[in-house]
Amino acid sequence: MDLKVEGLNVCYGSKMILRDMSFNIKRGEVATVIGPNGSGKSTLIKSISRYLKPVSGNIYLDNVNINQINTKEIAKNLAVLPQVKNVSSDISVEELVSYGRYPHLKFGKRLGKTDKEIIEWALEKTGLVEMKDRYVVTLSGGERQRAWIAMSLAQKPKILLLDEPTTFLDICYQLETLELIRQLNETLEITVVMVLHDLNQAARYSDNMLVIHEGKLLEYGEPCKIVNKGLLKNIFKIEADIYEDKINNCPYFIPKKVTA
Amino acid sequence: MADNMEKKGKIQKSVILTIFICLSVAGFFISIGNGAVKISPREIIDAIVLQEETVNYQIIWNVRLPRTITASLVGTCLALSGCILQGVMRNPLASPNIIGVSSGAGLMTLIVLIVFPDYYYLAPIGAFVGAITATLFIYFLAWREGVATTRLILAGVAISSLLGAGNNAIITFYPDKVSGVIGFMVGGLSSISWKHVDMILPYAIAGMILILLVSDKLNILMLGDEVATGLGLNVEGTRFLFIIISSMLAGAAVSVVGLLGFVGLIVPHITRLFIGSDYRYLLPATIFTGSAVVVFCDTLARVMFAPLEIPVGIIMSALGAPFFLYLLRRKKEY
Repeated sequence: MDLKVEGLNVCYGSKMILRDMSFNIKRGEVATVIGPNGSGKSTLIKSISRYLKPVSGNIYLDNVNINQINTKEIAKNLAVLPQVKNVSSDISVEELVSYGRYPHLKFGKRLGKTDKEIIEWALEKTGLVEMKDRYVVTLSGGERQRAWIAMSLAQKPKILLLDEPTTFLDICYQLETLELIRQLNETLEITVVMVLHDLNQAARYSDNMLVIHEGKLLEYGEPCKIVNKGLLKNIFKIEADIYEDKINNCPYFIPKKVTA
Repeated sequence: MADNMEKKGKIQKSVILTIFICLSVAGFFISIGNGAVKISPREIIDAIVLQEETVNYQIIWNVRLPRTITASLVGTCLALSGCILQGVMRNPLASPNIIGVSSGAGLMTLIVLIVFPDYYYLAPIGAFVGAITATLFIYFLAWREGVATTRLILAGVAISSLLGAGNNAIITFYPDKVSGVIGFMVGGLSSISWKHVDMILPYAIAGMILILLVSDKLNILMLGDEVATGLGLNVEGTRFLFIIISSMLAGAAVSVVGLLGFVGLIVPHITRLFIGSDYRYLLPATIFTGSAVVVFCDTLARVMFAPLEIPVGIIMSALGAPFFLYLLRRKKEY
């Protein structure tokens, strides 16, 4: 599913966070939003996920304005994994994943056979079948993130939005999560839009990168075109040497010092 | 709660629910059977089914039955109201008393009962209006780009004491009508008759049906506003609906029994401890535990110092306050 954002302006209180943002993300793409703290990355995800109401501008899913679609209908195509999530201490992995079926359930209806198959499938895809009866709060950070991703998968989305899915995770769980996301993108053709803090990881796992600075979209393109000395110096305020990762076919950099 | 790593199965939850139902039925018989005159369960069934005009029949029909039914409904309403509020506000200390819903309902009830006594039957509607106004006002005060829990509780405490002053003012202005008001302030079930059952019953049933229909939405809401929005839930609308339902339930209870504290706080907690926090089980279970707790406490209130009777609110506070403190100490996140 294509995602189109057109002339998006978003305020938080009286402060303008996003200004006149427009871009187009093609079906099957992994697009990563990068930018310094406070640049508006999370706000962008929150606006696309309709948690924040834009002042003006439009968001389209396959050329249909999301304002014209019922919110439950949107949830059948668009899944969101925000940073702030909450789960009671006695909710099992399977129960959490079953909540992903909520947009597909008619009023007052319980989970049917198809729903249960999809929940099982989502658990399989995320490697959680053996842990499905465990309480979510007893899982490791990486497993927990996988449980939330499984819940999103149970929505059977065509687009998956993730706001900093690797934050607060150990490095091995960070890779585990990103590998899973990439794999879901490749095998299920889910379009992925995510925010990442680590620029090297962003370059490694995305088809395209969106650079946001002070609420404006600066650049949008492939990692090899985006990651360069000028960007790192002007936007991220560091001096770095840039190399090429020939195995994964992407750029990476080693920071040297902070620019004055 | 998370001591064991494995979840409770559906069968286990159904068994617990059945036990709660049995408890509330047992409470019903114990409450009707005990008092100045002891009546056996056999006689109670005879009196209800056969309706022979014996002395016990008179006691059961005119005194104990309406009182027990009212106690049961009041318990259900307050416990459900607290259960919903704790979910909607995602705060374990939220309850109709603490966030000011009860005092709003109480003030309006007092105004109706003391200033316009001819319109006593409007008391539940007045209480509902008072409850919803207080809740929305507190919610509005606590709102600043989202509702922070601390602000909500603090606003609730402030509004509660303001409304409490209103209650006291009315009592001061109408000293001649104060008899019975003391019972209202602590929550009491003496001099309850069928008229009270008629007052609370429609609201209690409407509230129960409504909340059971939308219990799955409360599960989704618990995941956090952003996740819930992503799952296609209209978060603000749903939260508003839940606040309306919980105000209606609390208002109906307060209009009949007065400011009965702690039911809305402790009953949902105890129930959650046994059956878990899945609202599709928690809410039905709370209906029965709420009923059982208030019916048992009211029986205690009648029997403990017989022939003297103390308001049930005193028993509830004596049990509830220590439990509240226990909750506060036990879990760090409160």
